[in-house]
Amino acid sequence: MANTELKAVRKSFGQFEAIKGVDLEIKKGEFMVFVGPSGCGKSTLLRMIAGLEEITSGDLIFDDERVNNLVPSKRGIAMVFQSYALYPHMTVYENMAFGMQLAKASKQDQDKRVREAATLLQIDHLLDRLPKQMSGGQRQRVAIGRAIVRDPRVFLFDEPLSNLDAALRVATRLEIAKLHHDMNDATMVYVTHDQVEAMTLADRICVLRDGKVEQVGTPSELYEQPNSIFVAGFIGSPKMNFLTGEFAAKFDCKTIGIRAEHLDIVAEADNAWHGRIIHTEDLGADHFLFVDIGLEEPIVIRQSGKNSAVLGRKINIRPNVENIHRFGRDDKKLA
Amino acid sequence: MGRSILQNMVFYFVVALIVIISVFPFYYALITSFETGTAIFKPNVLPEVFSLSNYETVFTQRSFLRSVVNSVFIASVTVLCALLLAVTASFALARVQFRGRGLLLITILGVSMFPQIAVLSGLFELVNALGIYNKPWALVLSYTIFTLPFTVWVLTTFMRDLPIEIEEAAIVDGATPWVIITRIFLPLLWPALVTTGLLAFIGAWNEFLFALTFTISETERTVPVAIALLSGASVNEIPWGPIMAASVIVTVPLILLVLIFQRKIVAGLTAGGVKG
Amino acid sequence: MRGNNNHAIKHNSAELNLQQQRVIAAYKLLVPMLIMLVFVAAWPLFRSISFSFTDATSNTIFNGQSNWVGFDNYLERRVRSNGEVSWRGVLVDSDWWNAVWNTIRFSVVSVSLEAFFGLLIALVLNMQFRGRGFVRAAILIPWAIPTVVSARMWGWMLNDQFGIINHIMMSIGLISEPIAWTASSDTAMLAVLIVDVWKTTPFMALLILAGLQMIPRDMYEAAKIDGVHPIRVFFRITLPLLKPAIMIAIIFRGLDALRIFDLIYLLTPQSDATVTMSVLSYREIQQFGDYGEGSAMSTLLFLIITAFVLLYIKLGKLDLAEGKS
Repeated sequence: MANTELKAVRKSFGQFEAIKGVDLEIKKGEFMVFVGPSGCGKSTLLRMIAGLEEITSGDLIFDDERVNNLVPSKRGIAMVFQSYALYPHMTVYENMAFGMQLAKASKQDQDKRVREAATLLQIDHLLDRLPKQMSGGQRQRVAIGRAIVRDPRVFLFDEPLSNLDAALRVATRLEIAKLHHDMNDATMVYVTHDQVEAMTLADRICVLRDGKVEQVGTPSELYEQPNSIFVAGFIGSPKMNFLTGEFAAKFDCKTIGIRAEHLDIVAEADNAWHGRIIHTEDLGADHFLFVDIGLEEPIVIRQSGKNSAVLGRKINIRPNVENIHRFGRDDKKLA
Repeated sequence: MGRSILQNMVFYFVVALIVIISVFPFYYALITSFETGTAIFKPNVLPEVFSLSNYETVFTQRSFLRSVVNSVFIASVTVLCALLLAVTASFALARVQFRGRGLLLITILGVSMFPQIAVLSGLFELVNALGIYNKPWALVLSYTIFTLPFTVWVLTTFMRDLPIEIEEAAIVDGATPWVIITRIFLPLLWPALVTTGLLAFIGAWNEFLFALTFTISETERTVPVAIALLSGASVNEIPWGPIMAASVIVTVPLILLVLIFQRKIVAGLTAGGVKG
Repeated sequence: MRGNNNHAIKHNSAELNLQQQRVIAAYKLLVPMLIMLVFVAAWPLFRSISFSFTDATSNTIFNGQSNWVGFDNYLERRVRSNGEVSWRGVLVDSDWWNAVWNTIRFSVVSVSLEAFFGLLIALVLNMQFRGRGFVRAAILIPWAIPTVVSARMWGWMLNDQFGIINHIMMSIGLISEPIAWTASSDTAMLAVLIVDVWKTTPFMALLILAGLQMIPRDMYEAAKIDGVHPIRVFFRITLPLLKPAIMIAIIFRGLDALRIFDLIYLLTPQSDATVTMSVLSYREIQQFGDYGEGSAMSTLLFLIITAFVLLYIKLGKLDLAEGKS
């Protein structure tokens, strides 16, 4: 049984159509990540699920119930905002209890749920603090705690990590993943523009582009079988190499794509591409070589171990043929 | 930064001039208020006599104290009423998209710039019809004409600046607009409320035309009217000493308030003016 | 609510969505204020305008015995028995046109002076120097003093016999005999202008200062690196960027100046030299009890000010567009 379903959902702001017909099923307990470049409509879609943005046409269904016109508080959702959006004048406890208090829950229930959520997030010692007395990471935990207290059927996260610094972002990402693991029926929908966040957190990723779904799938499906150049280029770091012209012609298509780890440096020149190393990046455990093979952009090769390449040296590169992705004129994957 | 000594001297001379011109009239009123008898008629820049008899004169006139009480009452009630109505209205104007919002804002701005004289005769009729002529309520009612649009306008600009995500978080928590106003925004807006209220209070405290028109008996007057109509035994004998004492009495609290809330007042004035 | 029905999808179309609920709430929240404004502003304004089309006087205003006279208070054509045509009404009243002239003259001169001094003070306050906070506090004092009090204070300072201004000017030889600043028709308007400029320049200065502080610092730094002369910087960078702030301040003050009443009423004997539209209309209503003509005057003033408000909205290009929240 599906938990959350979007059927032909559209959204227009006057003349501008932000969401151009999205069909999507989010299963109960699933961690779904919406990812895409800015302006692709991912946040709008999340806000439509939340009820903060009206749905122009189509159906939004929660557990067989059409909720298009339900106000956010009656949808059984909870939202974690980018800027945390804590009530600045309330303590952590009050922030977390506010929703239950408005729903006229008993004091004992409020207290029990707030304390449980606080224990889960290890913020019990912060309950009497005001938001301004806490760090960014602590605030974001309180915001997540406020969502947990609501006991929602769907958790919605709107780029919750983008206000944190790099180190804290990784730590909080782990915690969100752990939280999803601990609360095994909790459905989570998470918006980000960062494909690393998407890859590490998601059960399934929904890649959006210009208000349409480009591809939905598990992280490895998207990585290994991208449907289009857009998805292939968006998912994975470093970016997939794309080659056109005669390189592609050999494989009977307009563009071929190959990931950095599927390129080998070889001694013999036959069936290989030839180029000159123009730049290297050393990441410790492995390193990247940027090779000019006569295309507009250099191609990137991942090599394990210490970097021993010499700039300017000519090398031969052989692609792993079974890992080549072929794309046609419409930039879609060829069979 | 490389200013020559001459440039510096000119600069500080200008600064000194600005300060002296700003402060001198009040200073002069202050020293005059301490002078009595013939000393008062001798122009002097430095204080020469110190006597409190002018203040005694002012305070022994019972009607002056009455006027102060009237003014405080009228200005406070006016401001409280205006803030009460303005908070809810400015939430609607600042945070909800609805048809006719722009027109409504322009109308409100227009009303705040009404010439008071344009409503005088109609208001006079209304005040009489309600039976509140020569009562404080007549002034509370009439001052609402300028305090209400002003507070709505300024609070709307402040309300716009509150972050949208906090409101959305409250919506998700199930807060109605009324709950958002009373439990989320009011606690965040109180500095803006103080500023707006203070500016409206000064406006109501200083108002003269309506106060002159809608009161007749000495006991119902407000401070500005009382000072304007303070006169001596004969027409030509203007009691300058007591007038200056009364002026100092009503001005000192205002100046203190303005100096204490200096930054906030500047923010409020510019919110009403520039950002408009 | 949760998953209690496995088959048909439930529809809640009867419920209003968030935006619809918010709009309804917004109207409800606006109603008290709107009722109040209609009650204290729109209705009295409507009545005042109505009076201007009647012959109402202080005797007839409350008993409903005044008569509709059309535009006669504004302009009335009278034919005498001998066939001579004469005109009466506010629009041919020389007192009215004198008041219009006084008001406009006062507004133009006072607002120009205030803009000039306001800009000067704002430029000074925008510099870094010791005691800047003190100066800013000092210039707020004239603004905080009630108009009635400033009229009285300046009335005393400008007093012909005992005033300090005459005393100082005589002692440094600027004048040879005392001037009756407020009473004499030659100087009364000047006295009003002095007091008004003194009192309201701070407001102007603060508005312009706010505009100045919005100009990005790096623009000045770039000009400095390029070696542009400070005076050129002022005319080429500061002034053009400041224009919107100054315009809005000028229009705000202009609207205020057009309705001036208290200062004229209190500082001067309200002779022909200083009487303004508000003062004349007030006198007509309060002293002569002629509600008809007095209201005609106030209606004309209202129309003039409305025209200015519309100008302000157009020039200020106010951020009132429905789109922005």
